[in-house]
Amino acid sequence: MIQLFAFYLFATIVIASAAMVIFARNPVHSVMWLILAFFNAAGLMLLAGAEFIAMLLVIVYVGAVAVLFLFVVMMLDIDFAELRAGFVRYLPLGALVAIILAAELVFAVGAWSAGGVDLAARAAPVVSDKSNIQQIGELLYTRYIFLFEAAGIVLLVAMIGAIVLTHRQRGGVRTQNISKQNQRRPQDATRLVDPGVGQGMEL
Amino acid sequence: MISVGHYLAVSAVLFTLGVLGIFINRKNIIVILMAIELILLAVNINLVAFSAALNDLVGQVFSMFVLTVAAGEAAIGLAILVIYFRGRGTIAVDDANRMKG
Repeated sequence: MIQLFAFYLFATIVIASAAMVIFARNPVHSVMWLILAFFNAAGLMLLAGAEFIAMLLVIVYVGAVAVLFLFVVMMLDIDFAELRAGFVRYLPLGALVAIILAAELVFAVGAWSAGGVDLAARAAPVVSDKSNIQQIGELLYTRYIFLFEAAGIVLLVAMIGAIVLTHRQRGGVRTQNISKQNQRRPQDATRLVDPGVGQGMEL
Repeated sequence: MISVGHYLAVSAVLFTLGVLGIFINRKNIIVILMAIELILLAVNINLVAFSAALNDLVGQVFSMFVLTVAAGEAAIGLAILVIYFRGRGTIAVDDANRMKG
């Protein structure tokens, strides 16, 4: 009973906040609704027994991606009213495509629950005496180790790409030139002078 | 009791909302990126639901890789958005096709 209540609570909130993400006038509000949607999706996954994915969703999406969105939305000075100009014009086409997609998905679910597809072979069956995180870890570091490292490379490439794209060299700033510093020798930089008394010296 | 069909219904609605968001916010690329995140979230819910229903952990492992790609995509997309805004002063993607090369 409590599971059913929790499921409907999370499902309702996740769908309502997803609708608010795309209909909100202010993108900052959109990001806030997106965070709510992610939290409740994590709740749904927790309900399905996927604890690790639920925690990952909160940490990665809410902690990193949503904050990144928030940074960019607040950093750029954008006239959002102008960007909403085509809202009503695109609504019929968008609604049509969305309805077609929804009908297809409902059809697919119906066909699947009719029992046509038999997926008998389990690639990695769940063992009941271990925790979810332990099982995923054992799978991830043995059978899917190359896929795991490929995911690491994807993240590395994304990081380097983001830095290269947004880094800019500004003119007129005095930055440290390390090779020039290292090339400087004492005999070039200093000299010994022996000025006579009363003659003064040139610098 | 909750069946896998319940989860599939939620993720179908979420996916559809994401696609609708791409269509109705044609000019605002930030909201388009958020709609793509919603679509990927729907995919993840599907993977986890089937993983739980079939008693197979591979769905959850794969869901992790989807999450990784989604994070990378958001970072790159927002970086491109920032340099686009720096050069043009707006993020209206109607004239993004002027960005040749």
